[in-house]
Amino acid sequence: MFFTYLRRELRNRRKQTVVVAIGLAVAIALVIVVNAVSTGVKDAQSEVLASVYGVGTDITVDQPSEGPVAAGSSPGRFDFDEGEGEANEDGTRDLSDDRLSTAMGTAPFDASALETVAGLDHVSGVAASLDLENMSFSGEMPDLAAMEESGAGDVTLRMGQDGTGDGSAGGSSFEINRFTVTGVDPDAAAVGPLTTAEVADGRTLEADDKNVAVLDATYAEQQELAVGDTITVGGKDLEIVGTVSSTTGDGVATASDAYLPLATAQTLADLADQVTDVYVQVDSAENVDAVAAAIESELPDASVSTQSDLAEGVTGSLSTASDLVGTLGTWLSAIVLAAAFGLAILFTVSGVNRRTRELGTLKAIGWSRNRVVGQVAGESVVQGLIGGAAGLALGVLAVWAVNLAGITLSGASGGLTMGGASEMMRAGPAGTVQGGGTAPDGGGGGAFGERPDAFAGAAGDAVDIVLQAPVSLWIVLAAIGLAVLGGLLAGVVGGRRAAKLRPAEALRSLA
Amino acid sequence: MYQIDDLTKTYRQGKREVRALKNVSLTIGDGELVAVQGPTGGGKSTLLQMLGGLDRPTSGTVKLDGKDLAAMSDTQLTAARAETIGFVFQNFNLIPTLTALENVETALVPSKIARQSRTARALAALDSVGLGDRGDHLPGELSGGQQQRVAIARALVKNPKVLLADEPTGNLDEETRDEIVDLIEGLWKEQGLTIVLVTHDSVVAARTPRRLRIAKGAMKELPA
Ligand SMILES: Nc1ncnc2c1ncn2[C@@H]1O[C@H](COP(=O)(O)OP(=O)(O)OP(=O)(O)O)[C@@H](O)[C@H]1O
Ligand SMILES: [Mg+2]
Repeated sequence: MFFTYLRRELRNRRKQTVVVAIGLAVAIALVIVVNAVSTGVKDAQSEVLASVYGVGTDITVDQPSEGPVAAGSSPGRFDFDEGEGEANEDGTRDLSDDRLSTAMGTAPFDASALETVAGLDHVSGVAASLDLENMSFSGEMPDLAAMEESGAGDVTLRMGQDGTGDGSAGGSSFEINRFTVTGVDPDAAAVGPLTTAEVADGRTLEADDKNVAVLDATYAEQQELAVGDTITVGGKDLEIVGTVSSTTGDGVATASDAYLPLATAQTLADLADQVTDVYVQVDSAENVDAVAAAIESELPDASVSTQSDLAEGVTGSLSTASDLVGTLGTWLSAIVLAAAFGLAILFTVSGVNRRTRELGTLKAIGWSRNRVVGQVAGESVVQGLIGGAAGLALGVLAVWAVNLAGITLSGASGGLTMGGASEMMRAGPAGTVQGGGTAPDGGGGGAFGERPDAFAGAAGDAVDIVLQAPVSLWIVLAAIGLAVLGGLLAGVVGGRRAAKLRPAEALRSLA
Repeated sequence: MYQIDDLTKTYRQGKREVRALKNVSLTIGDGELVAVQGPTGGGKSTLLQMLGGLDRPTSGTVKLDGKDLAAMSDTQLTAARAETIGFVFQNFNLIPTLTALENVETALVPSKIARQSRTARALAALDSVGLGDRGDHLPGELSGGQQQRVAIARALVKNPKVLLADEPTGNLDEETRDEIVDLIEGLWKEQGLTIVLVTHDSVVAARTPRRLRIAKGAMKELPA
């Protein structure tokens, strides 16, 4: 009788049943989608981290610096002495330079940190890398002497978004090339930046490699370089022995444009026994914080970041998506859920009010209060289940559509890139050449200004990831649980009303 | 069957008090058929509620088979309604979403008998009111007289000791009214039920052996 009566009642008030079920379905679908997408975005974040720091890296150690540090001079600053280069007849000089230095904001530190970290408890793997930037400059600049005579004004030079620049004003014409270089330890296979890279062509670095380079496949294609060609790094021509691509997805760039054996990188950058990053693998997740703390006390100058710290540093559309899904999505699903619950309660209560005489009659003919309450609550719960099932279907369908749409998120880890292409375009002062004629001391020759931070980022460092939103068993159970909860809530409110109903209501002559 | 002593029922509506029953004392013997008449608002339905354990008296006792309904717990009252008392209402009060047969079955739900024998008994009850072939009809598909027959079957299917009917013919035309009264009378004679029948139809009341009249909460016996 319970189920017969329940089914008949729900069918009789079809409209309310459908409205309540749809309300719950939409709310539950939203919960599923928001959860799936935010899980997907989180996965994407950890993929960004993995592609930058490598798989299995729990902690990274680096050392921030106030200003740029490099052997000899600032990175990104080309100083040419007066009279350097070859003078041309038209009053310009041919100049070229090729410099390898650490990236903006990072300072190299002694490789002994590696042993220090390796000696700590719960550390299961360590690797070091030396992150560098290679800048090359070649072209002609106005001859200082000629400039002074003619009194020409400032000369402006622009930089393109790929880190190259050229200019021709004021008699100068030159090219600036920039790419990122990472010195890696070929022995440390388990940890480090190359763990998410796979060989695309040729081979990867081997233990006794020297003076060779492996390029990021995307970069190699851009630069039209192939295995067997050479690339000039820090003024030295290195043979390209292989190219690697990211395991994250097709056409996704790896963390660096070029990879060298650590020792080669150290020699070329003139940074013997120096590294910029240490990658640490911890034996189990619960020890990560303890190990991070231990490293911090052993290496007071170092900046120690755990995976979760790093996740906060992920920038780009990824972090926007993450924020959006996190806050807006959660609020939206909470509001819709509350509205759906409210709707379910409202309809249940109005249903009980409408059925005052009917329910009173059941009490009058001997139905216990619990039986009547159970009947009313049962109707609500079944309504919730219908909504839950529909919501589950709707949600899974929506998630499937999201996955099918192949939404691409682009993210970069904050430590490595700052700013995108457009910022670089606007970086006016960065490209301003202090023309020889106005050089205050006259001794600097064709020195050009410090790059602002924006320039430290190259678009190539951002990682594109296709959003894959998973639907977990837990969220399916939680969604059904929410639907039942909504039904129960309505049932309890409606049931309380039904419980208070006097059986004497059955005798009321007016319907 | 019923032993009623000094029964008073007062309704409170805000500050106003309505004394629906005033010091009513009454005895109804086993197997009696009693009609209760009176003007509207006189307290007929209130008396029936007290007899049926639908509400509790303000003071006084209502003994059914020696047990005071006023002193019973809610659970005991529910059990009494489920087993001993059958109700018939003016508006039939059938569950609109359930078929005639299912409506009759609802009266057997509290007694937890097996589904098959429940259905069999309900069918037999429908048969006894002449609607054996209408079991799968919804109340909306039945005439008023037929609906009241279903309601009577629902009241009697559990073999109660008393049948309480509040204006059972109030919503029926004369012809149907007579049919229903015939039916009730027949059941009374056959089954030896105790029946209290509230009506303000004197034609109906005239057919009963004993008549009571309630006006302004006070009750008096009418001559036979
Ligand atoms: N639940 C209630 N709350 C307040 N007053 C009530 C309530 N039920 C009945 N009354 C009042 O008690 C009095 C008796 O009502 P009752 O329903 O018993 O009369 P009745 O004789 O059955 O009338 P009718 O012939 O119209 O059905 C009336 O004045 C009525 O307004
Ligand atoms: Mg009445």
